[in-house]
Amino acid sequence: MGLYKAQKALLPVTVLGLLVALGTAVMQWTEKNEAAPMYSGMMLFNNFSIAFSAISIVSTILILLLSKGYFEKISNHIAEYYAIILFSLAGIIVMVSYHNLSMMFIGIEIMSVSLYILAGIRKNDFASNEAALKYFLMGAFSTGFLLFGIALIYGSSGSFDLEGIRTYVAGNPQNIDPLFYTGILLIIVGMCFKVGAAPFHFWTPDVYEGAPSLITAYMSTVVKVAGFAAFLRLFSACFLLMADFWTPVLLVITIVTLFIGNITALYQQSFKRMMAFSSISHAGYLMFAIVAIGAASANSIFVYATAYSIASIVAFGSLILVRQHSGTDNFEGFNGLAKHNPFLAFVLTVSMLSLAGIPLTAGFIGKFYMFTGALSQYKVWLVIIAVINAIISIFYYFRVIIAMYFRSGDDAEVAIPAYYKLVFGFSALATIVIGIYPTLISALI
Amino acid sequence: MTVSILLFLPVVAALIVLLFKNESAKHVAMFFGLAELALAIYFLAGFVPNASTQYVIDVPWIPVAGVYFSAGIDGISMVMVLLTTVLVPLIILTTYQHEHTNAKAFYALILFMQAGLLTVFTALDGFLFYVGWEAALIPIYFICALWGGENRIKVNIKFFIYTFAGSLFMLVGIIYLYLQTPGKVYDIHAFYNLTLDPSQQSWVFLAFFIAFAIKMPLFPFHTWQPDTYTEAPSAGTMMLSGIMLKMGIYGVIRWLIPNAPLGFLQWQSVAIILSVIGIVYASLIAFNQKDGKRLVAYSSIAHVGLIAAGIFAWNIQGVQGAMIQMVSHGINVVGMFFIWDIISRRLQTREIASMGGIAKVAPKFAIAFLIVVLGTVALPLTNGFVGEFLLLKGVYNYGIWFAAVAGLTIIFGAVYMLRMYKNVMQGESNELTAVFADIKGSEKLALGIICALIIVIGVYPQPLLHISEAAVTNLVNTVGAKFNTGRF
Repeated sequence: MGLYKAQKALLPVTVLGLLVALGTAVMQWTEKNEAAPMYSGMMLFNNFSIAFSAISIVSTILILLLSKGYFEKISNHIAEYYAIILFSLAGIIVMVSYHNLSMMFIGIEIMSVSLYILAGIRKNDFASNEAALKYFLMGAFSTGFLLFGIALIYGSSGSFDLEGIRTYVAGNPQNIDPLFYTGILLIIVGMCFKVGAAPFHFWTPDVYEGAPSLITAYMSTVVKVAGFAAFLRLFSACFLLMADFWTPVLLVITIVTLFIGNITALYQQSFKRMMAFSSISHAGYLMFAIVAIGAASANSIFVYATAYSIASIVAFGSLILVRQHSGTDNFEGFNGLAKHNPFLAFVLTVSMLSLAGIPLTAGFIGKFYMFTGALSQYKVWLVIIAVINAIISIFYYFRVIIAMYFRSGDDAEVAIPAYYKLVFGFSALATIVIGIYPTLISALI
Repeated sequence: MTVSILLFLPVVAALIVLLFKNESAKHVAMFFGLAELALAIYFLAGFVPNASTQYVIDVPWIPVAGVYFSAGIDGISMVMVLLTTVLVPLIILTTYQHEHTNAKAFYALILFMQAGLLTVFTALDGFLFYVGWEAALIPIYFICALWGGENRIKVNIKFFIYTFAGSLFMLVGIIYLYLQTPGKVYDIHAFYNLTLDPSQQSWVFLAFFIAFAIKMPLFPFHTWQPDTYTEAPSAGTMMLSGIMLKMGIYGVIRWLIPNAPLGFLQWQSVAIILSVIGIVYASLIAFNQKDGKRLVAYSSIAHVGLIAAGIFAWNIQGVQGAMIQMVSHGINVVGMFFIWDIISRRLQTREIASMGGIAKVAPKFAIAFLIVVLGTVALPLTNGFVGEFLLLKGVYNYGIWFAAVAGLTIIFGAVYMLRMYKNVMQGESNELTAVFADIKGSEKLALGIICALIIVIGVYPQPLLHISEAAVTNLVNTVGAKFNTGRF
């Protein structure tokens, strides 16, 4: 399409294509969840994959709708944006439906390489370049860990296939190769890099801040969710029986992630950086489902990820508007927003409440499932720590609400384009509806 | 007819209020407040005062998680529903003299909050209870922070964090109980039927206790309360003190002690001691307050301390006393804050020392003020007397010394209340108070209703006591029977 310079058609065609993809994915949903592996056992498109593909596609559509008029401003290679985002989405679909470690690796790489380009797409911007370089170096590093881990797993179990690895673990409960354990640890390191969990999170704030806001939104929602889906799929399919070995490791990672994300977010002056650190802390909550792995894990991650993605997209969308208006990413930019933009202030409040996990929003349901899952395995202390962190997070989420409603700013109205209104309205509605009636989405997997 | 209509009407009403213009919002809100009251009275008319739960609704909400939308009214809930539905229109009436900016949002938030409060008072499902609990908190946060005084931002974030922190621990407790139930449900009766060992119950008790103690508030969890009450707009203070703190007390009766009877037994003396300390401490501080609204805020801590002590004594007199005292305290404290609202609106100050002699220029106001003060200090034949008498009897049954300390402090309370009245109303009027205009219109109506309620309940409390009697007796005895299984 870039060749034909048909810039006006880009957005409608892309969105239409994604809607078709969404439709075909949803069509395959079956009540019994009995899909069989396909493509010589490379992929398994079961309900888990459908649900996560659907949320990835929906989030991408929402982000693309917000991009109307945005990409034109920051660069003149518009077609590339759409193409690269779609490439990375293709990688993500592979990541959530692989049935073979090689496919997982390929999916992750398709996604990551596209993201390296996206992060640096503002070619003449220093921060954007820095973000791309940092992301590339860190990403390549973590890919190395991941690949090494996969190799060790293959070396000791003799299979790339998830089914094969599970059979190996189940068949040799007493004498599992030590290299297999090392492989698991290396995979944990690689995956934690990808989802931005501490202590492998150092790239996130800088990359999130340097990349264009919409790309940040894409990275912190779709990419992160896909990372967790891949993470969970691998660990629940292959390593479930060895949970005693790796849960302590992940437990420590979870706790560190929660505290680092929350406490650092507390001290940020920039809304964008705050969102970056809050996304680290949300990674910590999402880890709950893997630490307390069980039948309900997939469902918890799905609900939590949906709530988190929708709310984050609203937050980043508002940030773009406010930045265009006030020229700053800081909290002060939001001062007095409620007076002249009650709609924008309202939807942003809903999404902040959702991120903070207040009842009657989707975010609460997500936290509720996570807590239930962890408590059902008697990880009471983990939940207490999570509660403390939820309390800390109130401070910085409410800073935005306080700035919008209780502080006075300049009196000009922020113009909201029609596409933004559509996305915001849809997201706020979805957040509240899921918060009131989660059964809508929680019985999918 | 089920209780659901009672819960959803305020939500619908709030949305309708938002459609109106700011000028007419208060009338619309008033209409729906009265409609809700009429509905509650209709429920009362058909209510059979035995121990059963009536008007029950029980439909699946989140089946995969064992959550049901399950609510109903028994005697205890009935009293709370009446309190809420009477006070909300009354509070709306007290705001008639105020011009709030963006009034429709203000009244919509009050109605949303009413829905949350009624959900708390009728929920029979742990999840629903928690949702109602938080649904009441969000609107009051915005009411206080949007229309409050100068320090509102700092004070209210403290208030929010405090209460939210407490309720998250309660959520952990609720989920923990849920996981112990055989059928994995949040149903309160399933919680009641659990037989956990004493140490588990002790932790469950603490998880719930912290939420309720912060909400009431009990010493030493009270530090958010005076600032929040002082900075809130007067309608917000009335909602907080008149109804919202009853959520905590109601929670103790319904969710804390019956859910963890053996845990309660381990912590009973601590809880009572904290309550009694709260009475003494708050009274001492109230004694030294110069700001009228702050004085009332501290006296409220003292009164709540007595209610809590009565409940923690866990006998029929104590809990029944708490029931009627919740109603009386709600009415009295709303009256008291309204009086200070009237004073501060006319004089632009709340400093007691700067006043005096208002009784001469505003005799009707003086009578109303006196009746509310007498109700607050629990003079016989006012509503406060019945409740405090029963509460002291309940505490006496637990331990004579606790009752003695609490009782003496009540007398102490009478001293500072009457002293406040004397300094504000009697003596010679000064420049400030000489032009004090007497009450009229909506102020007269609101204070008239409050005074009438104070006297009617004081003279003839039996019908009110009768509503909750069977339910309280049943609950106290059922839980009391479990105490014995814990004592070997």
